Amino acid sequence: MTNEGGVALTLSALSKRYGTTAALDNVSLEIAPGECIALVGESGSGKTTLLRTINRLVDPDKGSVLLDGSDVRGLNVFDLRRSIGYVPQDGGLMPHWRIARNAGLVPWLKGRSDHHQRAIASLTAVGLDPDIMAGRWPHELSGGQRQRVAIARALATSPSCMLLDEPFGALDAITRSELQETFLRIRDESAFTSVLVTHDLREAFLLADRIAVMRAGNIEQIAEKDELRSAPATEYVAKLLKHLEMSAV
Amino acid sequence: MTVVCATALANPAEAQKSSTRPVVIASKPFGESFVLAEMFAQLLEARGHTVTRRPGMGATEVAFTALRTSSIDVYPEYTGTGLLAVLHAKPEKDPIAVYDRVSREFMSRFGVRWLPPLGFENTYAIAVRRETSEKYNIHSLSDLARESSHLRAGLTADFIGRADGLPGIGKAYGISFSEVRPLSQAVKYQALASGAVDVIDGYSTDGLIERYDLVVVEDDRRFFPPYQAAAIVSPRLQREDPAAIAALTELSGRIDVTTMRKLNSRVEVAHEPIETVAASGLASLGLTGPVNASVTTNQPTVSFAEFMWERRDSLFSALLRHMLLVLVAVIGGIVVAIPLALWLEASRRADAVINAVGVIQTIPGIALLAFMVPVLGVGIRPALIALWLYSLYPIVRTTYTGVRDADPHAVNAARALGMTPGQILRHIRFPLAAPAIMAGIRTAAVIAVGTATLAAFIGAGGLGEPIATGLALADTRLILSGAIPAALLALVVDAALGLLERATTPEPLKYAARERKREQRSA
Repeated sequence: MTNEGGVALTLSALSKRYGTTAALDNVSLEIAPGECIALVGESGSGKTTLLRTINRLVDPDKGSVLLDGSDVRGLNVFDLRRSIGYVPQDGGLMPHWRIARNAGLVPWLKGRSDHHQRAIASLTAVGLDPDIMAGRWPHELSGGQRQRVAIARALATSPSCMLLDEPFGALDAITRSELQETFLRIRDESAFTSVLVTHDLREAFLLADRIAVMRAGNIEQIAEKDELRSAPATEYVAKLLKHLEMSAV
Repeated sequence: MTVVCATALANPAEAQKSSTRPVVIASKPFGESFVLAEMFAQLLEARGHTVTRRPGMGATEVAFTALRTSSIDVYPEYTGTGLLAVLHAKPEKDPIAVYDRVSREFMSRFGVRWLPPLGFENTYAIAVRRETSEKYNIHSLSDLARESSHLRAGLTADFIGRADGLPGIGKAYGISFSEVRPLSQAVKYQALASGAVDVIDGYSTDGLIERYDLVVVEDDRRFFPPYQAAAIVSPRLQREDPAAIAALTELSGRIDVTTMRKLNSRVEVAHEPIETVAASGLASLGLTGPVNASVTTNQPTVSFAEFMWERRDSLFSALLRHMLLVLVAVIGGIVVAIPLALWLEASRRADAVINAVGVIQTIPGIALLAFMVPVLGVGIRPALIALWLYSLYPIVRTTYTGVRDADPHAVNAARALGMTPGQILRHIRFPLAAPAIMAGIRTAAVIAVGTATLAAFIGAGGLGEPIATGLALADTRLILSGAIPAALLALVVDAALGLLERATTPEPLKYAARERKREQRSA
């Protein structure tokens, strides 16, 4: 993996309504190059919607998303998406493609003739042996292996930004912690900017530089983990932290 | 100049060549209609005309619509049927008045011409055994009414129910049988002959009347409407080929009820080939040369295998024709239904359109075919269109749902990673839907094999032709000679497309299908 460094993301005054409910209510967020931001909160708090405004899976009603200073709406939507890594919760592998083809999707879409080599390199980077894995079908892999392929796919063109939507949520505890370690290692190597949506505050503490706690389309608090722990801004954040400590015992 | 004229007159076949197309002769699907149509055809051929045969077409509605629109040129019809089924008029009793009325109104309303009647009526007939007739002195319905209180009747359900059936003669003659048993067409003659019943209903020219030596009692008060047989002729033939009409008129007044009954009996009872019966019928009227008497009748002693073997050439061409109908209709269905389904998936009008296509599926095959006749005439074209319409729904439905429901996680990831909607459709949705689409095509093909057997009723040929003829003649072997190959063809098509479906399903999708089945079982 080459180290291309991350992009700066500027999310300004984003609002998005679905019918009468506000999924995003005037949300702003600055993300520095190479930073990892975790979005935590309950289902329906708007964290996934916020994530999806970055690669325009969701277009906000108001506000803007700037990628290194340029508005994403001014870019070709397909080029934009191909330049951003994306890891969904369920892997989202193409069931009728072998692993190497899955991992090489983005370079193939970009018309790179070396998409297969990139897929192999990327699989190696996430800890999968390409000699064993490349020719397999997704259904022949375990859940953890599939999720590694999803990460490899997102990494295959060394993107400067990664979006991860509850990437380890469906895995058992041991597999989850293995993948978390892999993710940390890759981040160290590649220094991409990343946005991670998670239910799991502990995962946020482990992987992210800063944590944004979301509730009802708003960011309740955004802070580094120590600050969050020592000075919860609202009662909701305090309650969330208390739950975390109780379950940690 | 004189020489040219003389040649043309002397050789009607030469003159015929200038005509635009052959004379299309059709019949309705029952024995007598087959025989009369074949007599028309052979007579015209003997007079130098070229003829196309379309036997066994639908029912009155189909045959008459085809004639009115000049898709066919001639078929035998009955004045009573014209009056009741086409003109929807009230029954009348006087045969001459009925003939005058139908010939006048058919000409003014449809341009269709009734040739002079052939010479017999085929009306409802009440029959008794000869011994009953002699014992009780029964020769007319009035005589029957007198004795009816101690006679048992076996009547078709149709006759028992119709106003111009049992209730009508009950009122008109005061007939009241000691017992009325509903009997099917197929068994009533045997029931009468064996003495299980004493009176049956039938048609005056039924061949079985002669076979069992029955007495048809006279309708002395003319209760039953007259059903005089005659050839009716299309507007086109009247314009273009008066010589053919003149030739057909040679039969007018020549066929009496006994002659017709004998001819019917040879077809329905002895199962002689229709061509043979028609040829000897024409010869005995002195209209054509003598027939080679050595033509063998179709003895029932021949085994079914031999029966099939004798017909191998015509069965094979019927099979090919059948496969052609199915192949063209289903390929046409695929070419239209798949793009339609993909377009529907992208638009938001899917349910309305799919429901509309589904409505076509609920139209009974024979009705859909009949709808085609006024617009497209008869023959292979309307049959193909009808079969094509039937094949749309299964393919549209499965393609649409298959593409719509293709693995949503995969589709979401594909979109998020920058695939265009076109790429998603081509590389993700469509391949994932392929097994479902193949299953839809398979269903459509099997339905088409079955429905194509009905195409014979609008003259499109295929394996339905021996079935239709067999049904009309109550000839089980003839029915089976079409039905068995059709059933086998359906099984072969189903199995072959099943194999193709498995071959085109990628390994991981087979796995997914197995998983789904396992889930269903445990659920």
